[in-house]
Amino acid sequence: MSSSVIHLRGLTRTFSLSSGPVHAVRGIDLTVGRGEILGFLGPNGAGKTTTLRMLTTLLPPSGGAAEIAGHDLLRDPAGVRRRIGYVAQSGGLDPACSVREELVTQGRLHLMSKAAAAGRADELAGELGLSGLMERPTAALSGGQRRRVEIALGLVNRPEVLFLDEPTTGLDPGSRAELWDLVRRVRAEHGTTVFLTTHYLDEADALADRIVVVDAGRIVAEGTPAELKRRYAGDPDASLQDAFLAITGRTTADEPLAI
Amino acid sequence: MTLLAHTGIIFGRCLRSTLRSKTNLLFGMLQPLLFLALFGPLLTQLDMGVSGTSWQTLVPGVLVQLALLGGSYVGLGLLMDRNLGVLDRMRATPVSPLALLLGRTLRDVVQLVAQSVLLVLLGLVFGLRAPLLGVLIGLLFVAVLAAALSALSYGLAMNVRTPPEFAAIANTAAMPLMLLSGLLLPMTLAPGWLEGVSRAVPFRYTVDAVRQVFLGHYVTTTVAVGAAVTSALAVLCLVGGARLFRRR
Repeated sequence: MSSSVIHLRGLTRTFSLSSGPVHAVRGIDLTVGRGEILGFLGPNGAGKTTTLRMLTTLLPPSGGAAEIAGHDLLRDPAGVRRRIGYVAQSGGLDPACSVREELVTQGRLHLMSKAAAAGRADELAGELGLSGLMERPTAALSGGQRRRVEIALGLVNRPEVLFLDEPTTGLDPGSRAELWDLVRRVRAEHGTTVFLTTHYLDEADALADRIVVVDAGRIVAEGTPAELKRRYAGDPDASLQDAFLAITGRTTADEPLAI
Repeated sequence: MTLLAHTGIIFGRCLRSTLRSKTNLLFGMLQPLLFLALFGPLLTQLDMGVSGTSWQTLVPGVLVQLALLGGSYVGLGLLMDRNLGVLDRMRATPVSPLALLLGRTLRDVVQLVAQSVLLVLLGLVFGLRAPLLGVLIGLLFVAVLAAALSALSYGLAMNVRTPPEFAAIANTAAMPLMLLSGLLLPMTLAPGWLEGVSRAVPFRYTVDAVRQVFLGHYVTTTVAVGAAVTSALAVLCLVGGARLFRRR
């Protein structure tokens, strides 16, 4: 078993718009170790979500190569899908569906038998504190509860890699802390690799073993939170915010790239 | 697992969702039902230049109308799922991408055929008389047509951004096609030029065939042409729908 679970070489994505080509991702080389929590940081429009959509097989890359959980992204996307979990920014819950319906269906989508999917739903509900909410329509959940259900959906197949796209955007401080604990627990108990995008620097600081900063579709810095602070802000006690601003060289983000 | 099993998983999910929203089921049926109840009685005394009763002409038309309108609007539901991220969540699982389309289409076919059965039963109350075999063959035509339009509607929904955009396109396409296929009144009443134009609309052949089988005529050129045109349309729409569905 290899110690790296994500391996990207020269990954690019160009969108052809009527106004001309937009180079959203301009060549990403990255290796992520098994069991690592990687924070993928960048200002709005840096290419974070585009990269994530490529890694989760939702968007074909324009160029480069990628291997995820032992499967080639281009040649065997179905193999990749079997071994990953993906929680999008928008979450992907059907408001009319009950939590149980969502969890069981997700198991079925991962090609489990009906009995196995039902069993896995109960198991996850127990682990994530959802047991009392199973019959509730997802529209009637609080923001924090919704996020937990969405993460449970991403964990149904016991993925090797869990991709989280801005997992705590819009959550209150208590729910954020709870979610960080959950992510740490998933890694500790199952050895799951977690690839998360965020633009909250405290989140990256608290959660990530390693941070990759992207800007304008390229990796511009990489290291542990402490290394980045020392290297870019000149002081290990500086805030990650200072390091981030030193790296991306601007105080306010550019206009987001609307794709 | 096969494509069929994957389609079954998506079909089950969609069918449960349909059964949960009973208002939708009812409102989808309301319009054809009103045509039957409030428009049908106007025709009973008219000479429409066709054999059989006016109900044997109108009920097949209303059935095809249900498939045409019901089928072409299903994309709205997909558009909602897309915007909520439900579709992407499913696309990132190992379930076959084609099954995501076919499972939904199968649900639509089942729903529209169930609604058609109710319409035929209501027609019986009003005075429709047709052989059982004819009705069954008619429902088969409706099912194939519904599959075609549903797949095409999903293909469209994958390639527009907002519900208003979708509704504008679907509306603009469905309305003239509906008028030109002689669904409510047979094209035997039309002047030559209109009759000629209607020959370019595939649904015209479907409804003519359904009217024939409702009269108990099964082995006629009209039925054969209707079957050929409807099947060809279904193949074209399913292939096209699948291509459009995959594009994103």
